[in-house]
Amino acid sequence: MQCPKCHAPMHTYNRNGVQIEQCSGCRGIFLDYGELESLTQLESQWVQQAPPPPPAPAAGHAPQAYPAAPAWGAPHQGQHHGHHGRRRGFGHMLFSS
Amino acid sequence: MNTESAAPGAAVRPPDVASGGRTAALVRHLPTPGHGAGAEPQVLADRPDGTVVRFGPVVYKVHAADSAPAELAARLRVAAHPRLRACLLAPLPIALPPPLPSPRPAPGSASPHHSAPAAPDPVSATPLLAPVSDGRLASLWPYGVPVSPDDREAAPWEALGVLLARLHRVPVDALPGPVPPTRGPAKVAAALERLRAAPAPVATSPAARAVHRAAATLPAWARGAAPAPATDHLCHGDLHLGQLVGSPPTSPRADTAAADGWLLIDVDDLGRGDPAWDLARPAAWFATGLLDPDEWTRLLAAYRSAGGTAAGEGDDPWPRLDVPARALTVQSAASGLAKAAAAGRALEAAEQAMVDACARMTGVPTAPDTGLPASPPL
Repeated sequence: MQCPKCHAPMHTYNRNGVQIEQCSGCRGIFLDYGELESLTQLESQWVQQAPPPPPAPAAGHAPQAYPAAPAWGAPHQGQHHGHHGRRRGFGHMLFSS
Repeated sequence: MNTESAAPGAAVRPPDVASGGRTAALVRHLPTPGHGAGAEPQVLADRPDGTVVRFGPVVYKVHAADSAPAELAARLRVAAHPRLRACLLAPLPIALPPPLPSPRPAPGSASPHHSAPAAPDPVSATPLLAPVSDGRLASLWPYGVPVSPDDREAAPWEALGVLLARLHRVPVDALPGPVPPTRGPAKVAAALERLRAAPAPVATSPAARAVHRAAATLPAWARGAAPAPATDHLCHGDLHLGQLVGSPPTSPRADTAAADGWLLIDVDDLGRGDPAWDLARPAAWFATGLLDPDEWTRLLAAYRSAGGTAAGEGDDPWPRLDVPARALTVQSAASGLAKAAAAGRALEAAEQAMVDACARMTGVPTAPDTGLPASPPL
């Protein structure tokens, strides 16, 4: 089977008893009729069996995806900047007192 | 005084037009260093706080005219100390003009009322400073390759963190003293004074008022208005990306223990102080949006894993860094406004980010008017 998007060959994988096709090029996934419902059903069963999530850890001790920042900091802290926008060089300030 | 550092290996900039003649005369009169014989002199930086002239593998740094000679000499002795070899570039011995006839009496003829002269300390006996033709003092350094301002991906954040931690861990008592104090709060006060002295449209602008209001929220000691708490760590005093150089391959002192071959440079603000003021500069860049979260995280993690303590004990470094980072943001905002006013130009984006942060410190959410030409779009 060929990927409808990038035309690379697709390979079949078994996920929890559900056959899915994944493209070797763009990694896109093709589901046959009913396969999405099967996966959703499996997921909801797993959630019901799972123990309740642990309480949220105290602030300041959570593993932080983004570093702590002060309240006066620039807005948009903790968001990824585009890695192709302002990353090419530095402003002058990082090189002077 | 312009506080921009003029460090060996700093970004190349042409000499000021006004001082070009003086600089040319200075360069003509510089003694050709032994290591750089035959090399054409090249002016790497020329500012009121220092002139840097390269001769092939070595550079002269001609220090600011208002440098205190005793403190500068003490800072150079610290930089030359073996305990700093893994974090700071070492100065080279410099040729002095012919010495005056020695007043020291011949051995055996010393008066019993005078104690015998102390044996010369091999470090302090090595000449590291020499006067140059315009009366300023010069030091001599191996040339180091600076960080490229154009290649952000290559910036050595981990090395900066590791080198800073190593510097902070050098015990001050092990160094030739007295080690002068750093001048963090005094530099904040000086920048605010420059802003007060700027032309009126800028000095009285809402932006300037926001900077002064933000300064007023700082503890008095952090803006130089009261004695700072006693701290006794070795600090760099003027940390930024221009203060890193790659170990020069020709230097006999190149040390493989340095972080990936990088070393810190510039001793003009080196001294005893609170190490949080060093780490607070990149912290302020992160807080104001100049550093991405991952760049700051890399620097901070490297600093901590190399034993640096200025970030405090917990996960959150801001309890330790907040006051100095706010102080340095105020300093950068004040000095950016003053420089832009003097040049009649708009604020650069980074300077604007510092002013905006000052406004937020006092609860003002919008960018205040600067009294300067409009900023170009980013």
